[in-house]
Amino acid sequence: MAVNLKKLAGQGSPLAPGHRLCSGCAAPTVAKQALLAAGKPAVVVQPTGCLEISSVVFPYSAWRTPYYHNAFENAAAVASGIEAALKARRRRGDLPADLDVAIITIGGDGGTYDIGFQALSGALERGHRILHICYDNGAYMNTGIQRSGATPFGAWTTTSHVGQALKGKPERRKDLTAIVAGHNPAYVAQASPHNFRDFMRKVKKAVDADGPSFINVIAPCWRGWRFPEEETIEVARLAVDTCYWPLLEVQDGKWTLNYVPRKKKPLADWLRKQGRFSHFFEPGNEWMLEHLQAEVDRQWEELLTRAGVER
Amino acid sequence: MPRIVGLTGDGAAAEAMRQIDPDVVAAYPITPQTEIVERFAEFVAEGLVNTEFVAVESEHSALSACCGAAAAGARAITCTSSQGLALMHEILYIAAGNRLPMVLTNVNRTLSAPLNIHCDHSDSMGSRDSGWIQLYCENVQEVYDTVIQAVRIAEHPEVNLPVMLNLDGFVISHSMQPVELMDDAAVKEFVGPFRPVVDLLDFQNPIALGALVAPEFQFEHKYAQWRAMDSARGVIGEVGREFGEGTGRHYGLLDPYRLDDAAVVVVVMGSAAGTSRAVVDELRSSGVRAGLLRVRAFRPFPADEITAALEGREAVAVLDRAGTQGGEGGPLFTEVRAALYTRGVSLPVLGYIYGLGGRDVPPASLRRVFEHVRRAAATGKVDRAVNYLDLRGWK
Amino acid sequence: MTRIAPPPRGLPAWQEIPLGGIVAGPGNSHEYLTGSWRTRRPIHDPGKCTSCMICWLFCPDSAILVEEERVVGIDTGHCKGCGICARECPIEGAMVMAEGGSY
Repeated sequence: MAVNLKKLAGQGSPLAPGHRLCSGCAAPTVAKQALLAAGKPAVVVQPTGCLEISSVVFPYSAWRTPYYHNAFENAAAVASGIEAALKARRRRGDLPADLDVAIITIGGDGGTYDIGFQALSGALERGHRILHICYDNGAYMNTGIQRSGATPFGAWTTTSHVGQALKGKPERRKDLTAIVAGHNPAYVAQASPHNFRDFMRKVKKAVDADGPSFINVIAPCWRGWRFPEEETIEVARLAVDTCYWPLLEVQDGKWTLNYVPRKKKPLADWLRKQGRFSHFFEPGNEWMLEHLQAEVDRQWEELLTRAGVER
Repeated sequence: MPRIVGLTGDGAAAEAMRQIDPDVVAAYPITPQTEIVERFAEFVAEGLVNTEFVAVESEHSALSACCGAAAAGARAITCTSSQGLALMHEILYIAAGNRLPMVLTNVNRTLSAPLNIHCDHSDSMGSRDSGWIQLYCENVQEVYDTVIQAVRIAEHPEVNLPVMLNLDGFVISHSMQPVELMDDAAVKEFVGPFRPVVDLLDFQNPIALGALVAPEFQFEHKYAQWRAMDSARGVIGEVGREFGEGTGRHYGLLDPYRLDDAAVVVVVMGSAAGTSRAVVDELRSSGVRAGLLRVRAFRPFPADEITAALEGREAVAVLDRAGTQGGEGGPLFTEVRAALYTRGVSLPVLGYIYGLGGRDVPPASLRRVFEHVRRAAATGKVDRAVNYLDLRGWK
Repeated sequence: MTRIAPPPRGLPAWQEIPLGGIVAGPGNSHEYLTGSWRTRRPIHDPGKCTSCMICWLFCPDSAILVEEERVVGIDTGHCKGCGICARECPIEGAMVMAEGGSY
C-alpha cells in the first residue's frame, strides 16, 4: 500500500481537533494513522483510557466515525457483539450483504495487556473479524503513570518507585505480541507511529484479513516516560533502532522482521532520553542497564532466528 | 394453533428465544441456567434460528457483547445466574445507562459464599438498582410468556431499557410443566421487527456512545433514565394486556389471588406464590379470609398499585427470598412498608426471610406465616418486624 | 414551597439530554478550543515548506491547516504547542517553535 500523504491530508483528519489529550501525545497520532489506512467504513470501540476519556467528552466527540466506549476490560467483547450484529443484520437483509466494515478496537496497554486481556483472548479465539490496536505507552497513564504488564524492567512509575529498597519495576514486561500470536489469529504485527508507512500498510492488511488481527504500537508518553514533549516520535524511532521495539508481522505462523537496523543502537541511547530510567545511570546501578540490554539482545536474537534472518 | 408441551423453565426460555429468533445471543453457561444455552446452541446447530450465537468466555463478555450488538442495531438476548450476574454487575449499569434494550433471563441462584447452586433472590436483588426492569416469574408458562413480552417492553420507544426476567433456580428452571406455546408466526408478529434508536452501523449518521460526562450533566442523564423506568410501569401492563388478548393469559405489574375481601395477605415473588395459592385455598375453605399478592414487577416498583391492593387489610406478611445484610428485613419488605407509610396506610406488616440457598418452603411453613399474620391482625401490632422462616435455632 | 432553580444557562435540562447520552455530531470537538494550553507556538514558513505533510501526519491535534494539498498554516485555536511538527520537519526552518508572540 503506497501512502500518499498529500492526498490523505486533502481528505482531512479522521480525528478532529479539540480532544483533550496532553500536547505531544502519541495516542491520537496512532489512531489517526490507523483510520487513514483502513480505507473503509470503520467502527471504533475503545476501552477506558487516556484516548477514550479525552476524545469523547459529552457533548463532544473527536471521532468522525461511529464510536463506542463501554467499560475498561471489555472492548474486544463489545466489538464481538458489533461484529455479530453486522453479520446478523447482513443476513437478515437489513444491511447490504457486501457491506464491509472495519471494526477496530483501540486500547492502551491496560485495556490490552492486563485488565482487557481476557476479553481480547476470548475474541481472538472465537475468530471475530476485528482489529485490536494497542497503543502501548508502557503504564497506566490515564490514572497517572502506574506500572502495567507492559512496563519495562526497572522503569520508574508511581507504583514502582525508585527508592532505597526498590529500583523501579522489578519484573520484566510481558511479550503480548507473542502471546497474541499464540492464538494464531489471521494477522499480528508490531509497529511504530514514526514509521507510518509500515504501520499503515499493516493496518490495511489487518482490516482486510479474514479473521481477527492485532497490532501492537509503541506510543511514547512524555509525561510518564519523562522526556521533552516534542520528542514523542523521536523516542518511538529510537525504541525501534535499539531493537527494544522490533517492527514485525506474524501471518500463518510465519514471523517476518520488517526492519533490521544495519547497526543496532545501544539501548542506553533510548533509556538515557527518559527520566523513568535515570537511575540506571547512577553509580551502583550499572547492572540494571546491563540486565535490560541483555534481555533486549536475547529477545532480538530469538526474533532473528524465528524470522530466519541471516546473520 | 397453540400447542401444549412439557417443558422445564430453562427449556421454555430457550423455546421462546428460538421463536423470537434474535439477531445476537451471547451467553456463558452456569448452573442452573446451562440448559438454556445448550438448547439454544442446538437450535443454532440445527439451523432453526438466524441468530449469531457468540459463545463468550465469561458472563462479563456476554453482556458486553450484547451491549455491542444492541448498540449496533441488533436485537440481543442473554441469560445467566448468580455468580454470572454478579460478574455482569458493572455492565448492567452501562447497558441501562446507554439505554440499550435487551433481554436477560436470570435463573435465580444464591450468591457465594457459601457456595451453593440453589435458589434464592440474592443475585437479582444485588442488581435491583442497576437500571434494569425486573420481572419475577411464578411458573414455566410465565417464563415462556415473559421472555416474549420482555422484548416488547425493552424496545418500547418510551422505555429503551434492558429487561431482566427472573425464574427460581431448579424450582422452575428444572421442573417440567405443561406449557402452551404460541405459533412461531404469532410470536414473530407479537415481537415485531427491531427498530433501533442507537445504531453504530449507520454510517450516514455516525454517533459516539459512551462519552465521559462531567458533573454538570450526570444528574440530568440519570434522571432521564429514571423517567424511562417510570414509563415502563405503564408499558408492562400494556404489553401484558395485549399478550392476553392473543393468548388468554393476561399479565401486569401484580398478580392478586383471592384478594378482594381478604383480611390477611401474604406478599411474595417467584415460585413460592404457587405454594401460597394452595395454602390460601386451604385457609379459605376453613373460613379464613386469606389472600395473596404476587409481585411480578419489582423494578419499576409498583408502589401505588401495591398500596391500593393492601389498603384496608387487617395485616400483611411480606416474604423475601433474600436478606439485606445490615438492613432491616428483605428488600421487598422494606419497599412495601415504605410505600404504605408514604401513602398514609397504616397496618401491621411482618417481614419474612425464607428459602435461602434453595431451602424448601412447604405449605406447613406458609401456614405458620398466616397464623402469625392473623395474630398481628387480632392485636393490631407487629411483635417482630423481621422474621426468619424455618431457620434452625431462631426463636 | 421551595422552587427548584432552573438549570444554569446553556446547560441542557434532563429532557434535552439525547437518549443514552449519544453524541450525534461526529468530530464536533472542533468546537472545543485547546489553543490556550499552548506556551510555545509553531511558526510556519510557506517559502521553505514543501508540503510534505509530515507535520500534518504527526500533529496530535490535527492542527496543521491544509488547503489544496498545501500546508497553509496552523490552527491556533487548537494547537497545543507540543513542537512535534518542528521537530519532525525535514526542512530546516520551515517550521520552528517560538515563545511569546501574537498567538
